[in-house]
Amino acid sequence: MDLLTSILTITIRAGTSLTLATIGEILTERSGILNLGVEGIMLLGALSAFATVFYSHSILLALLVAMAVGALMALLHAFLTTTMRANQVVSGLSITLFGTGFASFLGQRLGPATNNFRLVGLRAERITPLAPAGLKDIPILGALVQQDLLTYLTYLLIPLAWFFLYKTRPGLWLRSVGEDPQTADAMGIDVVRTRYRYTVLGGILIALGGAHLSLSYTPGWSENITGGRGWIVIALVIFSMWNPARAIWGALLFGGINAVQFRLQASGTNIPANFLNMMPYIGTILVLVVMTWWEALSKRVGAPAALGTSYMREDK
Amino acid sequence: MDERTIPKVEMRGISKSFPGVLANDCVDLVLYRGEVLALLGENGAGKSTLMNILCGLYRPDAGEIYIDGRLAAIQSPRDAQKLGIGMVHQNFKLVDSMTVLENIILGLDTESFVPDWNKVRARLMDLSARYHLKVDPDASIWQLSVGEQQRVEILKLLYRNAEILILDEPTAVLTPQESRELSRVVHAMRAEGKSAIFITHKMEEVTEFSDRVMVLRKGKVVAETSTRNTSPRELATLMVGREILFQIEKQPRQPGEVVLELDHVSALNDRGLPALKDVCLSLHAGEVLGIAGVAGNGQRELAEVVTGLRKATSGTLRIAGKDMTNASPLQIIRQGVAHIPQDRASVGAVGDLSVASNLAMKQYRSKPLAAGIFLLPRRIMDMARRLIDAFRIATPSPQTQVKFLSGGNIQKTILAREIGAVKTVMVAVYPSRGLDVGATETVRRQLVAQRDNGLGVLFFSEDLEELLQVSDRIAVLFEGRIMDVFPAEGADMEHIGMLMAGMSGKESA
Repeated sequence: MDLLTSILTITIRAGTSLTLATIGEILTERSGILNLGVEGIMLLGALSAFATVFYSHSILLALLVAMAVGALMALLHAFLTTTMRANQVVSGLSITLFGTGFASFLGQRLGPATNNFRLVGLRAERITPLAPAGLKDIPILGALVQQDLLTYLTYLLIPLAWFFLYKTRPGLWLRSVGEDPQTADAMGIDVVRTRYRYTVLGGILIALGGAHLSLSYTPGWSENITGGRGWIVIALVIFSMWNPARAIWGALLFGGINAVQFRLQASGTNIPANFLNMMPYIGTILVLVVMTWWEALSKRVGAPAALGTSYMREDK
Repeated sequence: MDERTIPKVEMRGISKSFPGVLANDCVDLVLYRGEVLALLGENGAGKSTLMNILCGLYRPDAGEIYIDGRLAAIQSPRDAQKLGIGMVHQNFKLVDSMTVLENIILGLDTESFVPDWNKVRARLMDLSARYHLKVDPDASIWQLSVGEQQRVEILKLLYRNAEILILDEPTAVLTPQESRELSRVVHAMRAEGKSAIFITHKMEEVTEFSDRVMVLRKGKVVAETSTRNTSPRELATLMVGREILFQIEKQPRQPGEVVLELDHVSALNDRGLPALKDVCLSLHAGEVLGIAGVAGNGQRELAEVVTGLRKATSGTLRIAGKDMTNASPLQIIRQGVAHIPQDRASVGAVGDLSVASNLAMKQYRSKPLAAGIFLLPRRIMDMARRLIDAFRIATPSPQTQVKFLSGGNIQKTILAREIGAVKTVMVAVYPSRGLDVGATETVRRQLVAQRDNGLGVLFFSEDLEELLQVSDRIAVLFEGRIMDVFPAEGADMEHIGMLMAGMSGKESA
């Protein structure tokens, strides 16, 4: 395999969890709900997926459990922000704090007695990349096909989410709820139900992103396995201007930074490892600066107008 | 049975209360097929609430609604839609970032999961041609003028075959010419057997648009009559419950020196597009300069440049002879410029703070309200009580949070504060918008009183009659340009209307 193809392979693999979670968060934010719980939900998704596969040896069951956990956490966020009308930032941060702590706690309790009840350092089934004979050796294209099924699912999800958002009726409803809930309501669209629905759907995709980490990208459980990916996702949503089709570029960029950094570390460069590890986060800050600047220049702000606000019909 | 005897809509005994207000008190309403009903009343009389109940946005506390003689359970806007009821709200129900076509599809029940975009487009263009409602289906709403947005709203209803159209103060944002076009559209719809309810507080429109008129006051029906059998004066009396003064007495003007001067000023709007283009204006002491124009033609930007809230991209701003171009709001306040902003709830007052704090907000920096960095609460309370009395601000106490006051009383609070701070120029942007007759009168009188005291008043209004009444001179703003400046006395409304629509008087004459 040539260098470019191998870097691209790792890029896509690293980008999968980011893309899944980014699309999830885009759908959530499009309904007007800002979910800052991404990091926490990804961690719980990663943990629950690994714990399930360790005991049940079923990848499918692991994915289902992770999705259920994601749905549950997102449901909590939707309940707090929509029904209770709590501040969305506070609720999201609480979910991340809770998710981080609880995942770490369970990681030290759910393991087998032989491992001191810890999940760290254990091995289990993983989602293995496919290697379709005949295709995998073609340069560039090989990188696209030499991926696991969750990545294939992501390939499908990007155009589907885009089509859904811009070309279908429910997509139109979703956008209207995030842009202008008063108007959506007057059009007969159930704002509360829409917000619940897409916050939960978003949570499911975010948790799947987490599950991809512990089942495929870095199989196993380790403390803070996400390494702040949840926060990068928040930035990627802005980078993609809330458009699923653009989410792919952000995810590839950050997956690419990861891949290049791995390559450099593996090749024994004398750039300090800590500096290389820092690169994705520096990239995040740069992207935010550039995007904000660019948005100010282009005069059109892409954020859903009602993002972060609660809605009540007879509010005076 | 005769069609005329079964009402298209019948509302019986509708009551609705909000915390502290009984908005509708046992209201009955009847609307027949092919009829236009005017719903007349002051702000807060309960017109919009009643209509929001009919279109499913609010639920009544009591009462029943019959459509075509059948009891209708309207639980949501969607139910109302299915019954053929459609409403054009005062704040348009359009999603700004979406296109006209997307907004049309948004409310449709008839489309499948993936809408047939071409079919909807074809039908929209068809309706648009039939009713002479011209729109570009692919334009985003934020790019359209207010008049165009209203057309989209009406097309939305027509597309859904609405049989009952509710229009909430539809002419408030239109030029006289656009209003006349609207009246033609309404009459065309009536000719097809559709019915309409028309909310307004302008007498002329009742005569122009309606067959029958119903007057609401404080949530109750006080009169219902055929339009032919009534007069504007009678309706006005019914509406407010007393004779209203249509005139304000004014001393002859004695203009002094120029207190505010804009010299070839240009500025951008929030989107970064030119909003003011080469504006030259001068305001004298002892003069009210009225700014006429349809909302969104640069009024807000003009007021903000004068008060230091927006940067001018070129030109010079002089206040009392001093160059104040792009000075900070504080520097401009120190020049004695006071500002009654367009958006009183969010820019004019801090809702969560008390009436007293809001009143103190421009004078807290110095004596007598402060000593060094310390505020003197007792002095603030004394001042607040004095102003509350003087301006008849209806508030339970000086400590009540401003957000609990009515719009009129919030405006009086702002007025009291700004009049206390003004030394040279008063900038009043739509100060009587949304106020009832009583509060409107207070506002107008106070503006004229400031002028009589030798101040310059820059007065923005959408109401031409009000402008002519209060102003000494009138400048017409269109797309950021001053079309013309002329004395208010003897000015011709029709001429102003033409200028507001961008036509210079010479072409039309």
